[in-house]
Amino acid sequence: MSVKDYIRERFFPHIWCAGCGHGTVLNSMLRAIEDLGISKNEIVITSGIGCSSRIAGYADFHTFHTLHGRALAFATGVKMSAPELNLIVPMGDGDALAIGGNHFIHAARRNIDITALVMNNRIYGMTGGQLSPLSGCGTKGTTAPYTNIDNSFDTVELSIAAGASFVARTTTYHVKQITDLIKQAILHEGFSVVEILSQCPTYFGRKNNLGSAVDMLESFKKNTTPVGSNAKEKKPALIERGIFVQEERPEYCSEYEKIIEKAMGAGH
Amino acid sequence: MGKKQPKLREHIIEREWCKGCGICVHFCPKNVLELDEKEKAVVMRREDCICCMMCELRCPDFAIEVVVEN
Ligand code: SF4
Ligand code: SF4
Ligand code: SF4
Repeated sequence: MSVKDYIRERFFPHIWCAGCGHGTVLNSMLRAIEDLGISKNEIVITSGIGCSSRIAGYADFHTFHTLHGRALAFATGVKMSAPELNLIVPMGDGDALAIGGNHFIHAARRNIDITALVMNNRIYGMTGGQLSPLSGCGTKGTTAPYTNIDNSFDTVELSIAAGASFVARTTTYHVKQITDLIKQAILHEGFSVVEILSQCPTYFGRKNNLGSAVDMLESFKKNTTPVGSNAKEKKPALIERGIFVQEERPEYCSEYEKIIEKAMGAGH
Repeated sequence: MGKKQPKLREHIIEREWCKGCGICVHFCPKNVLELDEKEKAVVMRREDCICCMMCELRCPDFAIEVVVEN
């Protein structure tokens, strides 16, 4: 199959701006699914609201475009009722960690077998460039014209602390790594988080003088390094890419299955 | 057993979908592609293509496909 067999061509060209990283994430995600050879019927995508969440419309699987910040709650419901399906939840940084922050940490805490993609472009693109919890100090947006004083979450550290059993990060420059990490995240039994640094040239790029999409990709290349590399020791400001946590831990649906058996066995 | 170098059949460029972001042009290791006067990707130096697929993998718009002989 070609990658185009996994998209709903009738909705193309898609709505994302020229050079938006979200199209690249979709491209790399579909290749992961193609490589794994999972049938379309076994994939469910739930998404919330935002530019990133449009993925649910473009990918040709079972898809739900749901409420802002609530994609993981819907995914939890689907997974609990049909644990044999593969759940993938693409979210923007605001959707995942601002309005959806509580759903995010609790899905991680339960270690339910869902693959969460945090497409981090550090801004609310769809509504015109408001800052998110991942924008970071010193950045600018329509809601912080004189520069932002809010600290940023670190998606990787937050996910690890909340209990995710697979945690990884990469960027839209590193497309083969996106595909590889998403494949491993799908195969992992438990809550998996893959953060993908993505470019919003229209708002984050323009407000922060970061240049074109090409320039933003060049900066992902320059400012990141593989986990545990020597380069990080020499230049601590580099952002690490790769797998941070990959551990087998009791998965929520399997544990729930045991509770059902226990209750049935109790004979009430 | 060396890995066989893939041979290019053609680049398929979906002009309606290409938004002229220049990502494929800039990151092609062999400088095969350019944007034309309508800001659409075009193949300029076909013979230099090494079929690395990076243009196809990075395109945010599914607008370029590299077809190799099999
Ligand atoms: S506003 Fe930003 S995130 Fe939204 S489609 Fe445009 S470039 Fe992408
Ligand atoms: S990367 Fe895609 S959309 Fe951008 S110029 Fe190349 S073919 Fe066009
Ligand atoms: S396949 Fe590689 S060498 Fe050929 S045009 Fe695309 S990026 Fe350039």
